[in-house]
Amino acid sequence: MKPHLSLLALATAIITTALPVIAAADEEVNLYSARKEELIKPLLDRFTEQTGIRVNLVTDKAETLLKRLESEGINSPADLIITVDAGNLHRAKEAGVTQPIASEVLIAAIPETYRDPEGHWFGLSLRARPILYVEGKVDPDSLSTYEALADPAWQGKICIRSSDNIYNQSMVASMIAADGVEATEAWARGLVANMARPPRGGDRDQIAAAAAGQCDIAIANTYYLAGMLNSGDPSQVAAAEMMRVFWPNQDDRGTHVNVSGIAMTHAAKNKDAATQLAEFLVSPESQAWYAEVNGEYPVLVDAEITPLLQSWGTFKADEVQLSVLGEYGPEAVRLMDRAGWK
Amino acid sequence: MSTNGRRVWWSAGVVFSALVLAIPVLVIVGFVFVPSGDVWRHLADTVLGDYIRNTLLLMLGVAFGTLIGGVGTAWLTSMCRFPGRGFFEWALILPMAMPAYIIAYTYTGMLDFAGPVQTTLREWMGWRFGDYWFPEIRSLEGAALMLALVLYPYVYLLSRAAFLSQSLCVLDVSRTLGNGPWRTFFFVALPLARPAIVAGLTLALMETLADYGTVQYFGVQTFTTGIFRTWFGLNNAAAAAQLAAMLLGFVLVLIALERISRRNARYHDTSQRHQAIRRYHLTGWRAFGAVTFCALPLLLGFLIPAGQLTHWAVTIADTAYDATYWRLVRNSLELAAIAAIIALLLAVFLGYGKRLHPTRTVTSAVKVAGLGYAVPGTVIAIGVIIPFAWFDNTLDAWMRATFGISTGLLLSGTIAALIFAYLTRFLAVALQTVEAGLVRIRPSMDEAGRSMGHRPMQILGRIHIPILRGSLLTAMLLVFVDVLKELPATLILRPFNYNTLAVRAYELASDERLADTAPAALTIVLAGLLPVILLSRSITKSRNADST
Repeated sequence: MKPHLSLLALATAIITTALPVIAAADEEVNLYSARKEELIKPLLDRFTEQTGIRVNLVTDKAETLLKRLESEGINSPADLIITVDAGNLHRAKEAGVTQPIASEVLIAAIPETYRDPEGHWFGLSLRARPILYVEGKVDPDSLSTYEALADPAWQGKICIRSSDNIYNQSMVASMIAADGVEATEAWARGLVANMARPPRGGDRDQIAAAAAGQCDIAIANTYYLAGMLNSGDPSQVAAAEMMRVFWPNQDDRGTHVNVSGIAMTHAAKNKDAATQLAEFLVSPESQAWYAEVNGEYPVLVDAEITPLLQSWGTFKADEVQLSVLGEYGPEAVRLMDRAGWK
Repeated sequence: MSTNGRRVWWSAGVVFSALVLAIPVLVIVGFVFVPSGDVWRHLADTVLGDYIRNTLLLMLGVAFGTLIGGVGTAWLTSMCRFPGRGFFEWALILPMAMPAYIIAYTYTGMLDFAGPVQTTLREWMGWRFGDYWFPEIRSLEGAALMLALVLYPYVYLLSRAAFLSQSLCVLDVSRTLGNGPWRTFFFVALPLARPAIVAGLTLALMETLADYGTVQYFGVQTFTTGIFRTWFGLNNAAAAAQLAAMLLGFVLVLIALERISRRNARYHDTSQRHQAIRRYHLTGWRAFGAVTFCALPLLLGFLIPAGQLTHWAVTIADTAYDATYWRLVRNSLELAAIAAIIALLLAVFLGYGKRLHPTRTVTSAVKVAGLGYAVPGTVIAIGVIIPFAWFDNTLDAWMRATFGISTGLLLSGTIAALIFAYLTRFLAVALQTVEAGLVRIRPSMDEAGRSMGHRPMQILGRIHIPILRGSLLTAMLLVFVDVLKELPATLILRPFNYNTLAVRAYELASDERLADTAPAALTIVLAGLLPVILLSRSITKSRNADST
């Protein structure tokens, strides 16, 4: 019966080695993060340096992290969850896996639109999704609003990624909030008709395609443009340098922005440490870091931004309460399905 | 204990382990009965037709590519002699080390409108956008090509093993009857190798169905992307699970078709007399044709993408190869090794149990245990999280109520849960390989063993395992390489502070920093290379040992 025995021995070995290491007495905080390791770990390390509190990290997509949280229930080891869009923060709250953080520091630092009214989640950085155009090919005076991009004048001139992507889903959700479902669906049909090619690739691909001449304008988050400029890849830098930023809807609701944000889990066991970490992430020092490393806009009103972000100018951001993006998300997906937005 | 009694225990064990392994799939299928509102009407009205059409076309394309590439090269390298044959024999497996999503990123980087190839063309010819036609890599055809390029080795490996182990007598008879190489191939070798070829093809197609990374990146709407969109975009888990169940329907049809086509035919050799193969000697344009035919998949599936990755790794990516990096390598290798060993043991246990006692129950149980291969990793992972967390929380509640102790989460968020997910997902690979090996052993061998008074375990240990050595190694290494490349289940199930190479590559890629993924991607490829080469060496050797 040898194979049986060895199987058993192996299984035992795995289970014993896999058992969670019983935490030492020193303080720690457990974090589920949809921000990529590279875009959060340095901050966490600095936090540990300053406070002595260890941070344990798992990264994944927000949707699956949420599912994990929900299934683990009250025994979940996670104290905090970070996502990269408001829709998923809203969803976490709706699913009942979050709890309010009672922190004067957070409330004082973060403008009202970028946090949950009941304190269940707080924005950490802003991600703007303006119109990018090829300099010299497009007269910026011909640009005005997202809505105007459905005009037949733009036929075959627009690059935008798939509607599978949460950034597009949230953008359309914000339009539903402003214009209603019917008008937004009509707009989406117009936009699809104006696409230079079927949607494929990510935001950087749209920028690169515009620079290469496949389309005149791309809709993309600004930090991708920053990422290309800082990439060290000559072809990406050259492509990004051909593009200019246009802030749409400045005369009405403002340009669409989303947040990456943080929430405390319902099951949190290290509440104090978790609150300290959340507060650390909105400190001026951390806020400047988002702009410096990933080209995002700080959520802290008077935080420093880099010369690159300054060069794109200031803009008025859409002030819709961001939890709306989560509420209208599913409707936005259906609408895009109907409009044939792949 | 009587032989019958033992067989019953064995069967019971097989059915039990198969069911445990099937839990994640069953959890998902269980969602079928949860009402999903009007989402189906919406899907049927809008995108469902596209999902079905694109999935079928993708499968067709991959089947076509892997069959031609896999069987053709397997025949050439095992039965013919031409310059470079020895090299191609092992090198043709290399694309297997290349994850499909990585090759997709790489080719996109090279062939896209803004990529170096088209840009150079435009500069040379003075073209602008719209002036010329260039194949679009990010399309359905492109996705089929990418998948076929990295999946054909499954068909190659299994059909090559079949060609090599075909009783030479049969091929000799064919020759003495005056059949040329082509006729021998089409009318003797190919039909005889069918179980192995179909096993390889089934693996490739199941992998195709489960693929998310490639189709998502290429913007091809298939069942897999549909599942994600329905789940996360429409926020409807029930409808997503129902789509996943439909996906499983595809697999069941696939398996049924294979069975019907095989009917009652038997494929085992009646003679164990294998002699050194007398290969067809190819010269002139035939040799040139053979070299080109073998070089093409190797070049496209491995050399070009690996070259591009190396270029990126050297020129652009800035990665510190420090302790953290080696930790990634170690984690990846550890996970792959543990999963591969357990998968092999389970596959032998299940496969042999089925041979021992091929009742309907046992056969279907074994089949169910292999279903996970066609299910996208994320779906499997959710199917693992839900029952594991339920078990942990139930146990915790009971312990609190009874003893006042909280056990917390015992299994959730551990490596054990992750390994379990790998087994569910990849057992089919090991199982197919082991079974394809087992059917080639005459039942009279078992009978001879039994007539000498050996128990099933002894027969397995003394007769089957030595004969199957090649297949077992293949099974283990296939799982090893698959786990090394696995991404979605690893992402969602891994413990705190635990990363792998695939996770690292993905994080950078999803940040659209393709070039920066190069070091991690290359390391996956390199780590996968060693077992792949080992594999190919050992098959050649075991063949030589057989024939002496």
